[in-house]
Amino acid sequence: MYEFGFTRPTSVADAVAAMGEEDAQALGGGQTLIPTLKQRLAMPVTLVSLSGIAEMQGIQSGDGQLVIGGATRHADVAAGAGAYPALAALAGGIGDPAVRNRGTIGGSLANNDPAACYPAAALASGATIVTNLREIGADEYFQGMFTTALEDGEIITAVRFPLPEAANYQKFLQPASRFAMVGVFVAKFADGVRVAVTGASEEGVFRWGEAEAALSANFTADAISGLSVPADGMIGDIHGSKSYRAHLVGVMTKRAVEAAA
Amino acid sequence: MTKVSMTVNGKAASGEVEGRTLLSAFLRETLGLTGTHVGCDTSQCGACVVHVDGRAVKSCTMLALEAEGAEVATIEGQAAPDGTLNAIQAAFQEHHGLQCGFCTPGMVMSAAALLKENPKPTEAEIRHYLEGNLCRCTGYHNIVKAILAASGQDVSAIAAE
Amino acid sequence: MPKDIDAKERGIGAATKRREDVRFLTGTGNYTDDINVNGQAYVFFLRSDMAHGRITSLDTAAAAEMPGVLRIFTGKDFEGVGGLPCGWQVTDRFGEVMQEPAHPVLAQGKVRHVGDPIAAVVAETLEQARDAAEAIELDIEELPAVIDMKAALEDGAPKVHDDLTSNLCYDWGFVEENKEAVTKAFEEAAHVTTLELVNNRLIANPMEPRVAVGDFNRATGDSTLYTTSQNPHVIRLLMGAFVLGIPEHKLRVVAPDVGGGFGTKIFHYAEEAFCTFAAKALNRAVKWTASRSEAFMSDAHGRDHVTKIELALDADNNFTALRTDTYANMGAYLSTFAPSVPTWLHGTLMAGNYKTPLIYVNVKAVFTNTVPVDAYRGAGRPEATFQLERVIDKAALELGVDPIALRRQNFITEFPYATPVAVEYDTGDYVATMDKLEEVADLAGFAARRAESEKAGKLRGLGVNCYIEACGIAPSQLVGQLGARAGLYESATVRVNATGGIVVMTGSHSHGQGHETSFPQVISEMIGIPEDMIEIEHGDTANTPMGMGTYGSRSLAVGGSAMVKATEKIIAKAKKIAAHLMEASDADVELKDGQFSIAGTDKSVAWGDVTLAAYVPHNYPLEEIEPGLEETAFYDPSNFTYPSGAYACEVEVDPETGKVSIERFAAADDFGNIVNPMIVDGQVHGGIGQGIGQALLEGCVYDEDGQLLSASFMDYAMPRADDVPFYQVDHSCQTPCTHNPLGVKGCGEAGAIGSPPAVVNAVVNALRSAGKDVTHIDMPLSPARVWAAMQG
Repeated sequence: MYEFGFTRPTSVADAVAAMGEEDAQALGGGQTLIPTLKQRLAMPVTLVSLSGIAEMQGIQSGDGQLVIGGATRHADVAAGAGAYPALAALAGGIGDPAVRNRGTIGGSLANNDPAACYPAAALASGATIVTNLREIGADEYFQGMFTTALEDGEIITAVRFPLPEAANYQKFLQPASRFAMVGVFVAKFADGVRVAVTGASEEGVFRWGEAEAALSANFTADAISGLSVPADGMIGDIHGSKSYRAHLVGVMTKRAVEAAA
Repeated sequence: MTKVSMTVNGKAASGEVEGRTLLSAFLRETLGLTGTHVGCDTSQCGACVVHVDGRAVKSCTMLALEAEGAEVATIEGQAAPDGTLNAIQAAFQEHHGLQCGFCTPGMVMSAAALLKENPKPTEAEIRHYLEGNLCRCTGYHNIVKAILAASGQDVSAIAAE
Repeated sequence: MPKDIDAKERGIGAATKRREDVRFLTGTGNYTDDINVNGQAYVFFLRSDMAHGRITSLDTAAAAEMPGVLRIFTGKDFEGVGGLPCGWQVTDRFGEVMQEPAHPVLAQGKVRHVGDPIAAVVAETLEQARDAAEAIELDIEELPAVIDMKAALEDGAPKVHDDLTSNLCYDWGFVEENKEAVTKAFEEAAHVTTLELVNNRLIANPMEPRVAVGDFNRATGDSTLYTTSQNPHVIRLLMGAFVLGIPEHKLRVVAPDVGGGFGTKIFHYAEEAFCTFAAKALNRAVKWTASRSEAFMSDAHGRDHVTKIELALDADNNFTALRTDTYANMGAYLSTFAPSVPTWLHGTLMAGNYKTPLIYVNVKAVFTNTVPVDAYRGAGRPEATFQLERVIDKAALELGVDPIALRRQNFITEFPYATPVAVEYDTGDYVATMDKLEEVADLAGFAARRAESEKAGKLRGLGVNCYIEACGIAPSQLVGQLGARAGLYESATVRVNATGGIVVMTGSHSHGQGHETSFPQVISEMIGIPEDMIEIEHGDTANTPMGMGTYGSRSLAVGGSAMVKATEKIIAKAKKIAAHLMEASDADVELKDGQFSIAGTDKSVAWGDVTLAAYVPHNYPLEEIEPGLEETAFYDPSNFTYPSGAYACEVEVDPETGKVSIERFAAADDFGNIVNPMIVDGQVHGGIGQGIGQALLEGCVYDEDGQLLSASFMDYAMPRADDVPFYQVDHSCQTPCTHNPLGVKGCGEAGAIGSPPAVVNAVVNALRSAGKDVTHIDMPLSPARVWAAMQG
């Protein structure tokens, strides 16, 4: 790692101020950032830890929604998001127990790794990303792999999830990293079904519109048999071809619908 | 350099560190607690697992300064002061749950975290919980068996011993 | 519970708990990275990010001025220093010796694989060294890389080494004299089964990455190297004699607690030589600790064979001949024992458990722009077993016969048995291990289990195979004829102290195998004293006799035998002392339970009385024997040992995703006599875990430009706890080895040798149960590959 300064503010305001310094970088749980720093692939001047900010911690539910502080750790979401069982289950399946004890929802969404789990939940749920500056709808937030609507210095303070009638997340593991090779989050709301796919696409997390339309009309696995995403644009690598990933999108979607229904 | 202070295995510990100093490096190099091992640089292997404020974390993926004021527990603090092994350690020895010993500190610390959360885990729950701890020697057979035994469950029916 | 467990409280056959566990379980082990020498500096290696290139400029001047930098070394600093030696010279089928390129410590003009070290920066801290490495001005002219072995042998292919005639290291034929007869047998065969397959390239990945700490004492002129090695004496000899020119008496090599080896810590590596060299040059200790990412591109890899195998059968399904054609990847340089792996550790095993009368093996070893390839757990024997056991399954499919019956029909049943590939099996009982496997694996219950799986929408498959291996790697005269540049004996010094305690100094090295527990069991059995009166010293050339180290499942068979020989000398001398104390003839002295006695009398003296007399020789036969009680033996066996067994795997395949799960795995092994059944079972478990890893998960992949795509645990899939089941293992079939005093055969590699074909046989069987016309899938059987195979 290159040398960097370290600060651990205790309020969002102080964190925002610290992030205003040149080449400051927010540190969530560090489960992706620290390995990146070890490889010397990033060179921040200062790391601004968000772990000491009480107002960014915790989970609240009510009014048909669940609000999770940006610095809330995966393990705490797994244990505390009972109002949204599919989300709790997703959080409980990220990485491994030690990773879940450090990694945060805000960190995951800010990084927007194309194989991360949370982006699928946020996009399928139509969540709202709350920052120190504004509120960003999930459909506007995700802008391709490792790319989001966040401006420099902007901090995710919370994520607001509307609670669906039914939902489920199915993840097919990449055998080595155990990130999602294909992860599909299906969420059924009164006004329709949303399907978000992570791990599969070169464009990062995406909504599978065709499946959404079919499932909105008929929320059964049969409704999407025969549908498939085009292999073109899928990730092809040593773990699986484009067409294999496209196939898995269908299988995982079907399983998610079966589990949710 | 910044001063960092924490409690390690029940004793106050402090030292001067850089921003980039990892908790694993602080434990190994500053405090001389070399039982915590580093087996990879991508947070996969789990040889470095310690407890911070009661939770299992990968100490190679946490900055020492993030542990300011924390209660840290490492493998060195697991046995009784007179050297008597705790139940998990004793079960690992009894059931040959280690060979080269390199992954063992992380395995024992992860197992301790598991049994705190789930005092009577099933075989499948143990295997799943150890997702972040790699062992290259044992094929995991005797590690899983040892953790079952440490949780007070009968392992006499498990094959091959 | 098998009856031998806990049947004895001590000695041979007891499941003694491991004494070394206490330090590992309390965080008080002493691994190489735990060693810090006062005033040590740190080295960072600048490595090639290109597979093949010519260094056109290398300017370290600015980097050398960076904070904390002590010195930057490049290939120039090693021009007068020897290269890393290869320890085995293979002679090809035309009688010519192999092509053997130079292997510099730091690159000389060219880089030949991603990870090839170019410069070494020594600084006060590792981060300073890394900072300075980034400031080195380096230009490399990229050259076309050769990655695929067959392409590397084509005319006009780029050459990895300009001074060699081609990328062919050797073209080995075995047994060359049989070639014509084999050809004829194929012409006359009633049936021929052909299979082309890949034995996937692997990375051993012991959990402890490699570490080297070089130290130098200017006052004495002595060098010390602390290193993560399976064989410190071999490193001392190779590095001292061939690289740095330091005689053994001025060089100490210490391999303390080592966190797993699996072969990849046998070899002498550039980083070891560098740290020893730099410590002397700088008069400061120099430490190197590999990151895992660095390990992926600097530890020798394993396997990487591409093979065509053909099996000829007569009209009664008897095997009549076997012919194989293998390409074996050597990587860019010859690692220490690389040439021996696809030849003498592979071709000689092609008979397997079967009485095939005619065998011909051809192996072309090829240089490519990849990390050197060398022995990994099993080394050559897994490759042989995999080919043979896969082609037999395919033959059974083609002939419509039961694969177990086809194996049984062709088993070797009489011993000793001289194979057509030069080795002689001393003992074995392949029928017994197969019978035992059928029982342990409950093969009779498979059909019912398959029906249950099918109800759940899963395809269930059963795979069975046998294996034979040659272990206890030795004997020296034989391996010398085959090209080894080293002896393969083992040594032990048994030092009995005045008060009766014993220290054994062995040339074997324990890095997980439990020698500190099992070796004392043997001496306890021989003398009849408690195991805790016996300590094992290993790993430090300063206090152990010259030894060859631990690999090839040889520690107990060869090292243990040396210890037995030394202990026999101790007992013989102790009996003379006892006879003197009892005023009797030593021929009449018996030793039992730590007591010397004279048969038919009530005379006896205790072990401790005799040992005390040896060191306080007041009443002692000084005219006949010397005082003291310490003996050394070197043991060089007359043959390899031949462990064997039969393995069964049951899998479930998810037909929608191709994901394979291992539902059951059973092993019936014959290791001859067993010293510690708990440790033996643990060795088999670990081997099976690695074998399942090779079969389902692990694959080291380069792209066509020579970039390593599986360069970390993010892309190289290691087996995890939830990838494997509990294993049923059994070692109750025991045909003792006839030519070592313990009758042991070795158990360290069996699991890794025997398990991959069982897994692949099982997956093929599962897919065929769904009507898929699949006869083979190359490892690793990833979900994507299995799914693709199902698509036809």
